[in-house]
Amino acid sequence: MPETTESPVELVRAIVAAHRGERGVLLPILHDIQNRFGYIDPDLVPALAHELNMSRADVHGVITFYTDFRSEPGGAATVRICRAEACQSVGAEKLVADAEQVFGVKAGQTTPDGSVTLQQVFCLGNCALGPAAQVNGRMYGRVDRGRLIELLANEGDA
Amino acid sequence: MITVYVPCDSAAVSVGADEVASALEAVAGDRIRLVRNGSRGMLWLEPLVEVETERGRVGYGPVTPSAVAGLVEAGMLDGADHELCVGVVEELPWLADQQRRCFARVGVTDPLSVTDYEAHGGLAGLRAALAREPADVITEVTDSGLRGRGGAGFPAGIKWKTVLDTPGETKFVCCNADEGDSGTFADRMLMEGDPFCLIEGMTIAAHAVGASEGYIYVRSEYPDAVATLRRAIDLGYEHGWLGRNILGSELTFDLFVRVGAGAYICGEETSMLESLEGKRGMVRSKPPIPAITGLFGKPTIVNNVLTLASVPTILADGAAAYAELGMERSRGTQVFQLAGNIARGGVFETAFGISLGELVNDYGGGTRSGRPVRAAQVGGPLGSYVPASQFDLPTDYEAFAEAEAMLGHGGIVVFDDTTDMSKMARFAMEFCAEESCGKCTPCRVGSVRGVEVIDRITGGEDPDGNLAVLNDLCELMTDGSLCAMGGLTPNPVRSVLTHFPEDFHANPREAT
Repeated sequence: MPETTESPVELVRAIVAAHRGERGVLLPILHDIQNRFGYIDPDLVPALAHELNMSRADVHGVITFYTDFRSEPGGAATVRICRAEACQSVGAEKLVADAEQVFGVKAGQTTPDGSVTLQQVFCLGNCALGPAAQVNGRMYGRVDRGRLIELLANEGDA
Repeated sequence: MITVYVPCDSAAVSVGADEVASALEAVAGDRIRLVRNGSRGMLWLEPLVEVETERGRVGYGPVTPSAVAGLVEAGMLDGADHELCVGVVEELPWLADQQRRCFARVGVTDPLSVTDYEAHGGLAGLRAALAREPADVITEVTDSGLRGRGGAGFPAGIKWKTVLDTPGETKFVCCNADEGDSGTFADRMLMEGDPFCLIEGMTIAAHAVGASEGYIYVRSEYPDAVATLRRAIDLGYEHGWLGRNILGSELTFDLFVRVGAGAYICGEETSMLESLEGKRGMVRSKPPIPAITGLFGKPTIVNNVLTLASVPTILADGAAAYAELGMERSRGTQVFQLAGNIARGGVFETAFGISLGELVNDYGGGTRSGRPVRAAQVGGPLGSYVPASQFDLPTDYEAFAEAEAMLGHGGIVVFDDTTDMSKMARFAMEFCAEESCGKCTPCRVGSVRGVEVIDRITGGEDPDGNLAVLNDLCELMTDGSLCAMGGLTPNPVRSVLTHFPEDFHANPREAT
């Protein structure tokens, strides 16, 4: 990737400018920032608040309300395992326990080497083919311990 | 060229449909026209490959990538018999017995083909609506008996009339596609499998109430649905189905997709409006209702995906044809979703009234594990657990309410006899604690206390005293919460207390 000369704050300004004229733009802007940087650096909040003419507290409040937005970098891969009722009925709790054992972290944490962030999620909309998991945004069905390890290995090759 | 269909639906992809499509291209790419359709909704057969033949579309499933070469060799492209062959797909009882109105095109067409859409009846509803006065369109929707498919079952026509009758220069049509309930995936399948149908329904709604702008609020857990909708909207603008002078009429309607950020509560309509405004998804007090004071304080229609997607067929074929289906005050069809521990899970759209047992046992084939069914949770995480002994219940909003259950959006999650129901009751409280927006105390604090009290009961600590506390807490949450999240969380808990009290004895399973 070519080195960018723009500073993060300039990038934030550009993202805000791209959404000018739209209604209620904070969520789309936060999604764009997270897509660009992988997380929303708290240091960017003052600039964002200034650009949107909002208080820093309001911006912080929105970021912390939604589980998707993170304030520190995640792992290279994000694994989300569904723990909702339909997946529980076919063994999701065991899959979460297996994943915690495989990666050596609890749900909500990132492995020390930064390779994987493990998250729980409530429903991926794959309720007839559970247990369901999402790896880097792609959904998988009928996941068990073996398939999870296989998926991660394949992600590493990709 | 032989036309071959491999679904692009994310459930099909989750079990290998993309790899099957690649394998097909590699083995027979020069002989076939590969169409990525939506899913037929028979999810146990996914990936389901269909081949166009003189007899109709012949299906093969579930197909693995490694089986593709063998299937082609065995004559799959001519519709030849094979152990994976399921026959002509539309003749399968599971599909033939359905009454698909909302899902008529899902699985049949290429979701992003405008020619497919029109060839299969698309735009007929919008054309019929644009030829009529807004008030007449609303009368048609009211007469059809269509009720909100998101779960609450509020009559759609009445909501629309309120918006029409509220004066205002700016009005909005918002589609609630924050399908967060476990056991529901029909919204996702429709958005991925027939996005133009939702767009058409929203455009009809815009004409009916005088709105010029619309938003589809999709949860972030559905990236494929978001991508499909965005491409469909672009195509809609290109073909004059959106934007200015839609289909040559006076109507102007702009449509946008907005993506949630992992908050279940944003499926509650006022919380969704707050989120669309760029705020924390905190529930608003009602009144005022969104129909009068909605998005940015303007009159706003908020409807679920399937409610809006049912509108085109109502306008195209008339209210009477729709209202003919169903029972009592539940008119038309419901898109049932068979989920959880079920042998044949998927989408089954049929008239209201079919019994829960027919759906779960006859079409669903019982549990996937092969063990007896113990219970089904109907209507999502806020719905009751219905014991197998009550499976003769007809699927009708009022019949369910009378049995202290909730039909909701028709999501049915099946559990087998190894399930510890006290754990499910505990999970209902845990989920509420995790997802509460925090605005009202009964929900925010009550759910945390609920988990603690259930732990004490199952831990054998003064069970009778703590059961009384739990009942009291449930009553308080029901009566005192601001919205359905806290107000309905006691439903699953109480249903477990009523139907499976034995599971609340101190660790019944661990003792054996």
